[in-house]
Order: sequence, then C-alpha cells, then structure tokens
Amino acid sequence: MSLAGYFARHGFEIWQATLQHIWLTGITMLLAVAIGVPLGILVARRPWLSKPILGSANVAETIPSLALFGFLLPLPWLGARGDRIAIAALTLYALLPIIRNTAAGIESVDPAVREAARGMGMTESQILRRVEMPLAFSTILAGIRVATIWTIGIATIAAAVGAGGLGEYIFRGLAMVNNDVILAGAIPAALLALLADILLGLLERRMRPGRRKARRESTHWPGAAAGASAGIVLLALLAGIGLSGCGGSRADTIVVGSKNFPEQALLGEILSQEIEARTHLHVERKFYLAGTFICQQALLSGRIDTYVEYTGTALTAILKDPIEQNPQAVFETVKRQYQQRFKLAVLPSLGFNNTFAIVIRGADARRLHLQTISQAAKYTPKWIAGFGYEFMGRPDGYAGLVRTYGLKFAGPPKILDLGLLYRALLSNEVDLIAANSTDGQLSARDLTVLQDDKHYFPPYQAVPVVRDRTLARHPEVRAAIEALAGKISEAQMQKMNYEVVGEHRDISQVAREFLRSHGLG
Amino acid sequence: MTPSDPPPRASVATGSQPAIEFRDVQYRVANGNVILKNFALSIETGETMVLLGRSGAGKTTALKLINRLLEPSAGEIRVEGRATSAWDAIALRRHIGYVIQETGLFPHYTVEQNVGVTPRLEAWPPARIHQRAKELLALVGLDPKSFLRRYPHELSGGQRQRVGLARALAADPPILLMDEPFGALDPLTRMEVREEFRGLQERLRKTVVIVTHDVAEAVELGSRIALLEAGELRSVHAAREFLRSDEPIAVAYVEQIRALAPEAPGRRQRSEGPETPRTPERRNA
Repeated sequence: MSLAGYFARHGFEIWQATLQHIWLTGITMLLAVAIGVPLGILVARRPWLSKPILGSANVAETIPSLALFGFLLPLPWLGARGDRIAIAALTLYALLPIIRNTAAGIESVDPAVREAARGMGMTESQILRRVEMPLAFSTILAGIRVATIWTIGIATIAAAVGAGGLGEYIFRGLAMVNNDVILAGAIPAALLALLADILLGLLERRMRPGRRKARRESTHWPGAAAGASAGIVLLALLAGIGLSGCGGSRADTIVVGSKNFPEQALLGEILSQEIEARTHLHVERKFYLAGTFICQQALLSGRIDTYVEYTGTALTAILKDPIEQNPQAVFETVKRQYQQRFKLAVLPSLGFNNTFAIVIRGADARRLHLQTISQAAKYTPKWIAGFGYEFMGRPDGYAGLVRTYGLKFAGPPKILDLGLLYRALLSNEVDLIAANSTDGQLSARDLTVLQDDKHYFPPYQAVPVVRDRTLARHPEVRAAIEALAGKISEAQMQKMNYEVVGEHRDISQVAREFLRSHGLG
Repeated sequence: MTPSDPPPRASVATGSQPAIEFRDVQYRVANGNVILKNFALSIETGETMVLLGRSGAGKTTALKLINRLLEPSAGEIRVEGRATSAWDAIALRRHIGYVIQETGLFPHYTVEQNVGVTPRLEAWPPARIHQRAKELLALVGLDPKSFLRRYPHELSGGQRQRVGLARALAADPPILLMDEPFGALDPLTRMEVREEFRGLQERLRKTVVIVTHDVAEAVELGSRIALLEAGELRSVHAAREFLRSDEPIAVAYVEQIRALAPEAPGRRQRSEGPETPRTPERRNA
C-alpha cells in the first residue's frame, strides 16, 4: 500500500482530521491569547508577580503532555469531552511564550517614550493601548507564532484522549506499525505548522515598528490585532462547520471507543459496523485511546458509549480485586461490580480469551522439549526476557509471574513497545516475551506459546462494556452488540489480527468480511 | 528676533500669583536618600526659569514634581495657585507641555500623529488637529508638506527635537517643562535649535522651566537662573546678573564658559559676555 494510495483512499477522512486539528489549534490559541496577553501585561506592570506567573507557566510547560492529558481526565466538565481536555492542556502549554513575549515586548518600550506619554497626560490604560501594545505587538506576535507551532505539534498527542485531529493517524500507524498511516497524520500536521509559521511570520514582519514607513498608512494595531484574531476565529469556525456538517446530531450518535492496539480497533470497528447495520444510530469512532485507564475514564464521563474490555483487566486493573482463575466467576464479579460502582453494563463475551501468552522461539521449544512455563524455568537463568511496559506494572504481570514460577533471568527484562516484542524475539535479542494470546504473529511465525500450567494469568474474556444511560436511551444497541456474543474464536481473532498487522489490510475491510462470513453486519 | 531687539523679559513679575511655586519641598527616595531639600522657588507667569546644576543636583526631580511625574515627600508645589495634589494628575499634565532630551517621540506614529497626541487625547476634531500640526511644524521651522507623514526614525536629531517641541506645544499649554531639551544634539544643531526656541518664546510667552547643565544655554535662554547643588537651591539670578555674580559657584560656572567659549560658541551676545559667532543658516528647514 503506497503512501499516495493511502492519501487517495482516505482523503476525505484526512481532510476531516485536518479540520479538527485546525479547530483544536484555533480555539486553543484564542484562549491562550485571551489569558496570556493580560498575564503578560500584569508581569510587565508588577514585576513582583513575574516570578509566580512565569514560574507557574514554566512548570506547566515541564509536565509531559500525555501526563497532563491524564491529570485532566477525571475533572467534571472538562473531562466530559476529549476536545475540552485537549484544549485545556494545549492552552496551558501555549501560555508561556505568549506571557513571556508580551512582558518582554512591553518592557522593551523605550523608557523615554513611556515618560513622554505620561508627561503628556496619557492615563495608564491609554499608555498601554496607544503606546506599549502597538510597540510590543510584533514581539507578542512572535510569541503567538511559537505557541501556535507548538500547539499544532502537541495537538497530535491529543488523539490519545480521543480529541481527534491528525494525531489519530499517528497513533493508529504506530499501533499497526504502518508508516503510511503515520505519515497520513504527520505530513498534514507538519504542513499546517509550516503554513502557520509563514502566515504569522508575514504578519509579524508587517507589524514591526521600523517597517511602518513602507506603508505610509497609519497602522492601527487594534485593527490588525482584531483582524488577526478574527481570522483565527473564522478559521476555527469554518473548521467547526466543516466538521459538524459531516456528523449527525449528538442525540442519535453513539460513540464507540477502543484502546490503542489493532485488535481493539478491530473489535471497535466490528461493534460499530454491527450497530450501524442493526440500528439507525450514527456511530462515531474514537479508537486508539491511550490505554485502559483512559478508556474507562472516557466511558465514565460519557465521551464514549462503549468499548471492549477484557475481564481479567477489568478485575485487576480497574476494580483492583485479587486475581481469580475461574472465568465464569471473574465475569460475574466484573459484571456485578461494574453495575454497582460505575453504572456500566458488561455484556456477554465475544467468545475469545485474550490472555497473556509467554512466548519463545519454536526452535528453542523443540530443541529443549518445552511446553509449559514450569519446564522453561530451568533454562530462563540463561535467557533475557522482553516485556511491554504495561506488563511490568500490572498486578497480574511480571512480579507475580516470576514469583509463581520461580523464574530467574540472565539480566533485568528489556522493556519494549508491544509492536517490537516479536521482532526482538525473532532476532534473538530476547529469548522470552509476554505477548497476547490472540496476536496474529503467533499463527504466522515459528513461535511457541508456553502453557500457563500453574494458571497464573486470570481469564481475559473480551466483553463489550456499555453505559447504562446509553442502553436506556437506545435499547436497540444491546441487541446489536449481543448478536456478536460468542462469535469470535481465539483462532479467528489471531487471523484477523494478522491480516491487519502482518498484511497491512484495512481494519474496516477485515471487520466487514468477518461480519459477512458470520451472516452479520 | 534681532540682537538689537532685546526682549522685555526678566522683569515680568506681574504682581499676581506665580505660575509655579515650590514651597519647602522635599523629595526623598525609598532608600532614604534626600534628592531635594527645603526647596522654595517662585516662577512667574511668562518667564523662562533655568534650573542649572550638575548631574544629580536635583534639577530633573524638581521638574517632574511640577507635572506630578513625581510626588513630593514634604511641602507642596503650586501650579497657577493650586497645589498639584489638588489637581487631577492627568488634567495637570495636559495643561503643561513636556519636552525631554530623548524626545520620547512615538516610533509607531508619524510626525503628524505625534504632534497630534495631546489634541487627540482632548478629543479635538480631526480637521483641527491636522491644521494645528501644520501650524506647529511651520512654527518650529519644519516644512509641513515634507514632514507630516514621516516617522521619527526618518528624522535627524535636530528635526526630532523640533517635533518634540511642536508636540509639547500642540494643545497650547501655558506652561512648558523642558528637560535637557537640546542635550542630545551636536553643538551646531544645538545652537540653531536653541536660537529658534528663543525666538519662539519671545512670541509665545509661555511660562517655561528648562533643566540644563550647560551655562551658555542657561544664560542665553533664561530670564532667571536657579542654581542647584546637591539637592539644594543655592541662588537665583537674573540671567544677566549671573555672569557678574561674585558667588563662588556662579563664578566657577562662568569661568567654565569662558574656558570653553571657543569650542562651544553657544551664547548669544547680550550687553556683555564673550563675543560669539552667530548661527549659520538653519538646517533641515
């Protein structure tokens, strides 16, 4: 699949994401200017406020963006929508250069000019509006320019919390290890940043005091400022209109979410297509949300209506209950607790169990006659293990595994991105990995899954979770999702995963074929 | 403005209240240093009072106390009979023209806009502001046609200083404060502009307070000279008497002009004093 081909086939979607990106950036910049410029003026006027204000803005700047998005998730009004979270976080980031440049611009006004202005009987606000702001304007614009370019860049991360925008392609591409998809997000984002840089740079040069002579016309800076902000508003509004024109109204829209790996997107897509086929609801897809925690938060705050969770994950990571082995008991516990604590309905399993799979190379398994993890414990002291960072931290992850089987390794485990685990194993960089039992590679490559003979891993049945409110408003959704119950086997899931990850096939295509072959969709 | 037509200035005490009056004024800065102490001085309507002294003598402080850019620590300043503290600071400043050494012209305004600042603040109609700007430029010897639309960075130092003066005069204030107005100019230009100002003042008859450390300038422009040293007023002389004074400081200052006379031929000939060449033709006009 070539990059040009991808653009050609997904042009409209990419355009939508670009509009969304512009909208996010535009609103962010309006807020950042509305807050940052007055704060900058305050800093210039009251030097003792400079430390606290600039200090706070500096601190905000140092919070890693994904963490900042995470902190904002549980907030009441803000957390209710991904774009609100994104705009709030982005605004915080955009403040620093705007505050700093506003203060610097005002402070750089020649003291003689300010003294003359006071001496002529200008009030403080007249000095600000007629003298300081016009003279500081190009410096302030330079700050806005920097902030805008940052915002366009950081806004790509906002897709992690479901704010949409071009970052969605980047996350999707990363999860699918598909460069074309990454570039479908990265190229438009880079072009957008470049365009913003050029346009704001032109405006900035025009507004530089020394340049005025070229025009012989008196420049009324409030006019120029109003013009610039009107331009941004207009752009944001147009982007908003462009977006809303393509979506239905909120009332008959259902939002399907997913975590950020291909199986999740596939399941989300299967759910979406089934709902679209069986109801009249419009389905909005918010895939590639950055992990379990974010999906759960999104569900609780209503940013999404449903996604597919795994019972073991729900039990240990969300409910923080002890590990339990009986699949039915786990399902019942999760269902009951979700209902009571979160008002979320856990629907019947889709059919497969995506547990952790301890995987070694097939050659090793044959040579050493290994079938179970217990058998492998004898050899692990000579091996290096490779795990995903989530596995290292989970209650049903690394620590318990090592304890249960008495595993020792030749060194500390390598922490690798999920997409890279298999590559590391096949290239002998590591000798044992913890992967997922439904991974497509397992069926396509010479690999052996060691049996969890001590039943350490809890069951991870794939269950759709839906908000009670959604089911009350649209009862037909339950029927649509329940039609999928028990329909996806572990082998079927492995195969679909391989089609997406190994063969780079389109997720919606794979989902459609699956539904057709089962007389669904 | 010919030498044979001496202005009837020095004795303008009109009997009525002084235009500006310092009454036992003290000015102290935050760290306790006293910049001005027991300062008492009356400035009559229509006279040109020069505050002369070396750097740090307190001249500029005294000037800024008049238009309330600074507030006295003790005592009071009266402008037209009213304590400055009783004036609205903004109204007071618009009533007083203010010229500083660096001119403080607004770099983002044209000459016309700069001159029109105070009228605009006072909400004059645009046509009148335009008319006034033309008049004032002509008054300070700049051709309105070629200067109205220029920006400050397109002007020479002397031209800028003239525009600064025009701007201070725009709303026709009865009082004009000038802080080292010619200090940043080269000696020739300085002499020219000074000369012009003197001519102008003969016509306009404003109450003028000029701060300078240049004795020649003080003698040429002032009707009276107040000599400041280390925050205190040492003496007040009519300009002519200053040259004859036997007060040691005044003598020291006069010595200084005589010594510098060849390089700084800035003094206009009065009834006495060293011979100086006249200003050559005016530049830039």
